[in-house]
Amino acid sequence: MAVKRMIEAIREALDEEMARDPRVIVLGEDVGVKGGVFVATRGLLEKYGQDRVIDTPLSESGIVGVAVGAAMNGLRPVAEIQFADFIHPAMDQIINEAARIRYRSNGAWGCPLVVRTPYGAGIRGGLYHSQSVEAFFAHVPGLKVVIPSTPADAKGLLKAAIRDEDPVIFLEPKRGYRLIQGEVPEGDFVVPIGPARVAKEGSHLTAVAYGMMLHLTMEAAAEVQQEGISVEVIDLRTLAPLDRTALVESVKKTGRALIVYEDNLTMGMGAEAAAVLAEEALYHLDAPVRRLALPDIPATPFAGVLEDAVLPNAERIAQAMRELARA
Amino acid sequence: MYRFMVLSRALDERMWIIQRQGKVPFVITAHGQEAAQVGAAMALRPGQDVIVPYYRDMALMLTLGMTPRELMLNVFSRAEDPNGGGRQMPAHFSLPRLRVLTGSSPVGTQIPHAAGAALASRLRGEDSVTFCSFGEGATSTGDFHEGVNFAAVLKLPVIFFCENNQYAISVPVRRQMAVESAAQRAAGYGIEGRSVDGQDPVPVYLAVSEAAERARAGRGPTLIEVRTYRFVPHTSDDDDRTYRTRSEVEEFRQKDPIPLMRRRLEEAGLWDEQREKALRDEVAAIVDDAADYAERAPRPDPASVMRHVYAD
Repeated sequence: MAVKRMIEAIREALDEEMARDPRVIVLGEDVGVKGGVFVATRGLLEKYGQDRVIDTPLSESGIVGVAVGAAMNGLRPVAEIQFADFIHPAMDQIINEAARIRYRSNGAWGCPLVVRTPYGAGIRGGLYHSQSVEAFFAHVPGLKVVIPSTPADAKGLLKAAIRDEDPVIFLEPKRGYRLIQGEVPEGDFVVPIGPARVAKEGSHLTAVAYGMMLHLTMEAAAEVQQEGISVEVIDLRTLAPLDRTALVESVKKTGRALIVYEDNLTMGMGAEAAAVLAEEALYHLDAPVRRLALPDIPATPFAGVLEDAVLPNAERIAQAMRELARA
Repeated sequence: MYRFMVLSRALDERMWIIQRQGKVPFVITAHGQEAAQVGAAMALRPGQDVIVPYYRDMALMLTLGMTPRELMLNVFSRAEDPNGGGRQMPAHFSLPRLRVLTGSSPVGTQIPHAAGAALASRLRGEDSVTFCSFGEGATSTGDFHEGVNFAAVLKLPVIFFCENNQYAISVPVRRQMAVESAAQRAAGYGIEGRSVDGQDPVPVYLAVSEAAERARAGRGPTLIEVRTYRFVPHTSDDDDRTYRTRSEVEEFRQKDPIPLMRRRLEEAGLWDEQREKALRDEVAAIVDDAADYAERAPRPDPASVMRHVYAD
């Protein structure tokens, strides 16, 4: 298997799905001639033409709204929002329209679209190029929310998202686009939406993470391993629908849980994971569930020292693991 | 045209009675806008053209082929209602057999959908036009701009059909737009704009037919404004006496499209008292049947409430 960067795996998935299925189109600001600001769609215009790779006017609600209409009328649109921070004008189209179409029409219409968008911090992007938006969408039944943390998953999950009959919000950890490399299976490799992945087995505590935080959590787990703390790391991969079983089964084994995410602390994935464990694994817990997340500030500040002051890093995660192991 | 206008009005009046009787919680109807909607529907090809309506399009839906029973099932929120099986509010139309896309309540959101549907039709090489209707209030939304602009830039086969009934709930059109006519906005997008009398189905039919021809010829979208008036409150929950005078409503009643159309047919020698009576009897029977059928139809099964969140 070839080793690839995450951005290359995403491009490969788009290319293969467009070749496989003529209903797949790509649309968004800059996706055509430029190939996307992160070049995820580079080369697709030349290969599939401007009818299927559409440089749109700058209009987030319009991009998603057009994708919704196209999806209802037989296409498989993959809409790109340049940064997750710019997705808010499209929230109504995503939440009130895409997510509700199947339910409100009593199953008569579906909305098979993918909204891809780079998200997350750690790139010195400041408030409007660093946001984590997953909890907004994971709250909404009708949507599926997927976050890959490896190039293989990025390819496999994106292919699954494009083939899914329902709307999928596909959040790409942009700090990892080039930083994260890994083996990517050639050809038609699909990773099902839903199941979490055990990224590392362990016995003393469970650390739950996704996206870029998964890698920092793995780093921290390797560090505390040397101190005799065995951490089981769960990569959620799909935030909605959430793999409750994977969380519960792991905690039954370890008795402790730490949830790491770079979204704001309050009402983020940590709250949901903790609630699941309280409901379904309380008597297996040997210590209170712990969350490590961005504090409740309106996204990460621009200056490097300020960003570093708030964003979870491997050192802080390792410290949280040590404290939890002793608790 | 006249038959559909009369039938729509009769269904409409029965729906308000049913609501006032407390049998259903809510109605929203086409009262006063029948000519505009019937005229437009007559210019479309049911089942071939894609329809993206809004919540006041009962006469449009009836003319395209939604049956009176189906409309009544919708008002009664019965399991058999094809629009949503009791999940969606009345008048939020959805009907795959007529290619009517499902819609929501926030206004204007369907306008980008129409652009997307037209994009899909063109990509698949279909000979179809997408027809998208909305009130004048929707022209103030961002989605109106984004959807029309998108369709204009890509020269998509769409007809944007603005039913200007003078009020967005209580806000009069002069507080909605600083231009004389919604159609003037078309120039800003580089597309054709037309403003026509919405109390007469014939010019509406002609305008929509021309727009459909233009769309099929690859010459892009058209924005049509039809000037009309709603004689009743926005919905059964609204009281329009708080924002408009009775004399104003009475003044517009003089332009009620149904008597106007009847007079025109009589003057042309195509209509008489006998034909009118026969039509009224036929319509009364249809409305009775639809209302009785829908009232007796089973309610949705509460056990089904978790279905259709995702594909099964």
